[in-house]
Amino acid sequence: MTTTAVLLGIVAVLLAWPIPVALARAGWPPRSPGIALILWQAIALSGGVSMIGSLLLYGLVPFGDTLLHGLVALGTNLRAGTLPSGTSFTHVLALGGAILLGTHLLLNLSATFVRAERQRRRHFTLIGLLSDPLSGQPGMRVIDYPAPVAYCLPGAGRSATVLSNGLLHLLDADQVQAVIAHEQAHLLQQHHLVLLAFKSWHSALPWFPIANRAENAVALLVEMIADDHARRVVNDQTLARAIAIVGFALAGVATPTTNEADATALAAASASLGARPGSAGRLRAEPEHPAHQVLPRVARLVDPPRPLRLPATTGAVTIAVLLLIGPALILFAT
Amino acid sequence: MGNLGVLERLMMDVLWDTTTPVTANELKDLLLNPSVSAAQAKPLATTTILTVLSRLEAKGFVQRDRAVRPHAYSAVMTRAAHTAGLMHDVLGQVPDRQAALVRFIGGVTPDEAETLRKLLGVASTATNVS
Repeated sequence: MTTTAVLLGIVAVLLAWPIPVALARAGWPPRSPGIALILWQAIALSGGVSMIGSLLLYGLVPFGDTLLHGLVALGTNLRAGTLPSGTSFTHVLALGGAILLGTHLLLNLSATFVRAERQRRRHFTLIGLLSDPLSGQPGMRVIDYPAPVAYCLPGAGRSATVLSNGLLHLLDADQVQAVIAHEQAHLLQQHHLVLLAFKSWHSALPWFPIANRAENAVALLVEMIADDHARRVVNDQTLARAIAIVGFALAGVATPTTNEADATALAAASASLGARPGSAGRLRAEPEHPAHQVLPRVARLVDPPRPLRLPATTGAVTIAVLLLIGPALILFAT
Repeated sequence: MGNLGVLERLMMDVLWDTTTPVTANELKDLLLNPSVSAAQAKPLATTTILTVLSRLEAKGFVQRDRAVRPHAYSAVMTRAAHTAGLMHDVLGQVPDRQAALVRFIGGVTPDEAETLRKLLGVASTATNVS
């Protein structure tokens, strides 16, 4: 069992450092963001299981020769208040580590979801009071605000896509359709669940640089997936322009559009922003957050990269499946 | 929005549009006035109005002046201030406040703006050619 514990430990270290770094640096994810998202989830889940499993197996060595026997013996010993002979300090430490890490991750995950749900409820109340339905578009709300804002508010049972007046003035009808299709993809595919899981992982291990990288990478991938969904409704150019125009307007820079109506609307929007000196400064939305990065998203719309070929896709999915069942198999086969 | 949500919305709309604090009875009359509020065919019971008002007070949208009898109610903030606060949360940098939602896009940096202009310029020429 010590050998298996070490083996799992090696898998855990690989999944905690070199593999996610390689994936974060890889050039292919924008080609097939869905595949990359599956891999990220497999790495995170498998990494956690391997790390906890490795500690658990090592800690249970004095208790029994399989995971099950060890756990049963651990229970018996706990009730009796004894330790089997041959238990060293490191075994106890490993057991404690496994329990602490497992509880910490699970508690953090539930706390993140509970907090998000509370915020969501509060937000729904405010949206109900402050916004109006968009005619002919169920689930869409319009809020009276000069800056171009679009977001979706997911929720069990009810969800909403919120657009600001500023956005509706700034974009033409096709561009608005692009934004709506993008947001609806988020809602349809429940992207917030993945985002929350990675957010929780990051907040549980704030000192772990890979968790931050993973959260950022996943956030950008989710946006690309939603963009791909929107591309089925509108053409690439329309979506690219919608993203760029909103990005420019939020940053307060002149839009590159040649369309005069757009330029006028943007000037109006900027002027109304300028009229509120207090909020204009705050509206310089953070460019650091990769999910909101305009460039990588526009670049792949302007010059769409070829999706991964079938062998590469199959390979990546196989790796993901192996990552998911491998550590579990090692754990329970012990 | 459930039925209570609809009533909350109706009352907030009236409170946001009136400048002085109103009592529950005054609010009842205002809700019937077609020039002030949207279509309320039959009068609401004063108890219903009081229930909704205390819900709104608990949620922090309405404040109650207890010094006068009957109590007078008014909106805590203007509609625009509420909207600005909410949008600030949506666009803002407090990542925790954004946990509940997924945003379309953020702003660009000046460097990105330059690259973006080139990108889109190239794209439109390419489209024209093809």
